[in-house]
Amino acid sequence: MDPIRPLPRPADGEASGPSRTAPDPPRRRAVVKAVTAATLTLCVPTGVGTASRAAAAVATGPAGTQGPSRAIVTGTDAEKLVLEVTAANKVVVRLPRVEVGQGITTAVAMMIAEELDARLADVVVPLADARPELPGQYTGGSSSVRSLYDPARYLAATARARLVNAAARRWHLPARTLRTRDTTVVAPDGRTATFGSLTEAAARIRTPRRATPKPARLHRIIGHPATRIDAQDLVTGRAKYTGDLSVAGAKPTLVARPPTLLGSPVSVDDSAARAMPGVLAVVRTSHGVAVVAETFHHAFQARDALRITWAPGPLGALSDKHIRARLRDAVPSLGAPPRGSVQVTGEFEFAFVSHAPMEVLTAVADVRAGRAEIWFSSQTPVFAQEEIASAVGLPAAAVRVHVVRGGGSFGRRLTCEAAVEAARISKAARLPVKLMWSRSDDIRHGRMRPASHHRIRASLAGGKVVAFAHRVAEVGESSEGARATTRSLSAIAAGPAGAAATAAGDEGLYAFGALSVRSGGVGLPIPVGAWRAVSSGTMRTAEEIVVDEIARRLGEDPVAFRCATLTSRAAVRVLGKVAAAGHWGRPLPAGVAQGVAVHEEYGSCVACLAEIDASDPRHPRVRRVVMAADVGTVVNPRGLQAQLMGTAIDGISTVLSAGLHIDRGAVREESFTDFRYARQRHSPTHFEAHVMPSHRSPGGAGELGVPAAAGAVANAYARATGTRPRRFPVDF
Amino acid sequence: MPRYSFVLNKQPVTVEAPADMPLLWVLRDVLGVTGPKYGCGIGVCRACTSHMDGSEIQPCVVPVADCAGRRVTTIEGLADGDRLHPVQKAWLECDVAQCGFCQPGQIMAAVALLDRTPQPTDDDIDRIENVCRCGTYPRIREAIRKASADVASAPVARE
Ligand code: FES
Ligand code: FES
Repeated sequence: MDPIRPLPRPADGEASGPSRTAPDPPRRRAVVKAVTAATLTLCVPTGVGTASRAAAAVATGPAGTQGPSRAIVTGTDAEKLVLEVTAANKVVVRLPRVEVGQGITTAVAMMIAEELDARLADVVVPLADARPELPGQYTGGSSSVRSLYDPARYLAATARARLVNAAARRWHLPARTLRTRDTTVVAPDGRTATFGSLTEAAARIRTPRRATPKPARLHRIIGHPATRIDAQDLVTGRAKYTGDLSVAGAKPTLVARPPTLLGSPVSVDDSAARAMPGVLAVVRTSHGVAVVAETFHHAFQARDALRITWAPGPLGALSDKHIRARLRDAVPSLGAPPRGSVQVTGEFEFAFVSHAPMEVLTAVADVRAGRAEIWFSSQTPVFAQEEIASAVGLPAAAVRVHVVRGGGSFGRRLTCEAAVEAARISKAARLPVKLMWSRSDDIRHGRMRPASHHRIRASLAGGKVVAFAHRVAEVGESSEGARATTRSLSAIAAGPAGAAATAAGDEGLYAFGALSVRSGGVGLPIPVGAWRAVSSGTMRTAEEIVVDEIARRLGEDPVAFRCATLTSRAAVRVLGKVAAAGHWGRPLPAGVAQGVAVHEEYGSCVACLAEIDASDPRHPRVRRVVMAADVGTVVNPRGLQAQLMGTAIDGISTVLSAGLHIDRGAVREESFTDFRYARQRHSPTHFEAHVMPSHRSPGGAGELGVPAAAGAVANAYARATGTRPRRFPVDF
Repeated sequence: MPRYSFVLNKQPVTVEAPADMPLLWVLRDVLGVTGPKYGCGIGVCRACTSHMDGSEIQPCVVPVADCAGRRVTTIEGLADGDRLHPVQKAWLECDVAQCGFCQPGQIMAAVALLDRTPQPTDDDIDRIENVCRCGTYPRIREAIRKASADVASAPVARE
């Protein structure tokens, strides 16, 4: 999923657009190091951008950089991936990423199994705790596969070579005569030795220093569809999320929160709540009152028995209509169009959207004098460790952050407010706590995709687009809204993936002449956050609607017009694929129509064709969706298809029905009743996703599909209803 | 405090709990059965979906008092030991889960649907209300179709 990129900077300067692919991360040679251990344990730096310099530093550094840890080299600022072959014949790779459904543990296990010739089932991928010496421990920006693909393969290839050398010594055979398969080394005479039986010997072997991964044509795991490595746990209920952990004797905890955004308690009468059975503690928090109890039932009852008078939050009586007006006023001017051109214009509004991950924010915190231990699902655990440490007055080194699998994220687990809050409550209550945000807390007080207003103008002359201008304003979180406990989001998002994530590149996605994008912002005390695909989710969606309207003005077919104006051959190919597979232009009854859209980002491109039945315009139903993506080398096509499927449902939801209203300083919605994310009855009965073959290095994929899906749904809706949708979601 | 006895995943259990305590929290916080998930607490998201006497329930809105003497099955009790239920198998074959958080509820809802309607139509499947925020709906539909076909073609044990 990896949905994190920096928030678009309000008042950004001129940039070219429509938004364009980020460059590939720099290729580099991975440097593999052995770690002092009784089993074969190797590590390699990972990361994009700056990490390559760090890798070079490790390569040339003195041997003394090997630290006291048996599992990892310390003392550099590079991020490490550590591989251990255990005596029990398991390959353990402690992953400095979080799994939130995007399938990164499976993808990494596949890379490792490929190069080691291990069985996929023998590769175990636990999530690494926060390691403060590894600032690149960051999940976001659709960067995980890009940042791990080379390091993981070099690491495993080196481990394999050393295991083979160990077997060669044991059997007194030349290493080149030995083969590996199914987590074993095989001799020409049929003798076998499991990796586990060789690991101790291999740990003493220092050669080769680095082995080269297989050429792609020999891949039998990478590029072949695999079922998630955790699928069995997920279908049997064995998979553990933070709320399922029974650690530290943590007690269920809830917080009574104000009716308005960032309101605060003026007076609290907790006598009734304290007297209730099962209540262990009641403590004030910055914007509410926390109850610690024996069960969540007791906690909910006591929370509801608190008598609190609330001061309204800093938004006062502000509502959507005011916010929309301010956004409209903040959109930078379009300036004069080229002389003699004809204009196609569109003005678009997008509502706030909740992340609403299925698992609400949950954190276990055990804060004691002198130390703290926290369990939660975090995309930025090192950042969280610092935040928690400063919140409870401990040095960062005294705070252990355990990263736990998350029940979805979509960008929500970039920040750590629940963990910081849990730590504070644990400290004040002198109890280990398991804090859960209720669903209503999540929707009414959680972060959200910022509302935005777009003005787009395409200038036509001589049957062509000669200039394309996009002006946008979106809500940014003003400092009074920034939670006291949390540094600005841009500070976090400037993680290693940040650099590669600029939406606009040098050249446009379409040959539309002079391109310009300028943005403005409205600062409000509203907790906003990066939502899967970040600003591309709104900007590129709006642009794809305008592309359809240009084609209509020119009397051209939307697919043919795009094919003629797209600047990248890969983009033309994915569009051609969905047009063919989705039977673009097939005869359809009245009220039913198709729409297409294309998007390019993260070194990847995608097209989507959606077919919508709007014969009842109040209940439009997307019936069929066909997507095609070129993401370079694909590790797990099945995982990629799942990500595309998720973005299709995101597109359907955000375009048609899912958004948040602000009424007099409060979020109106409070659950999945009124935050109308798609259900089965709103999702296509036919979905297919095509994966384009490629030998390029991997691009990003987790967020890629959102703008294409949203754009295709909006374009299909426009054609089916004969309207020009301008405000999203359309049914709101 | 009152005591309630019921059968949970084929095992008799007795709990001491307030009568109005939702089954969800009895399962999760008292009995340590964490397959059913909290996603809303008001019967809307269906992440907690389980079975009572073979029918679908949302434990977040069923008071424990209503479970006395009944048979409760959670995702943990669906497989027969190591033998997965055909719906779980179909879920694996279609690789349905992403984050997985909704999936215990989705699977229990699908099992209940197939018990009522062994050959569900698309409209029947559309009536499943369970939210999947990761958007796995197309694979859920595919897995239900598959499980339905697998069960229909499986040799039926004769007495
Ligand atoms: S938690 Fe039971 S329906 Fe949502
Ligand atoms: S798989 Fe994540 S919510 Fe359904």
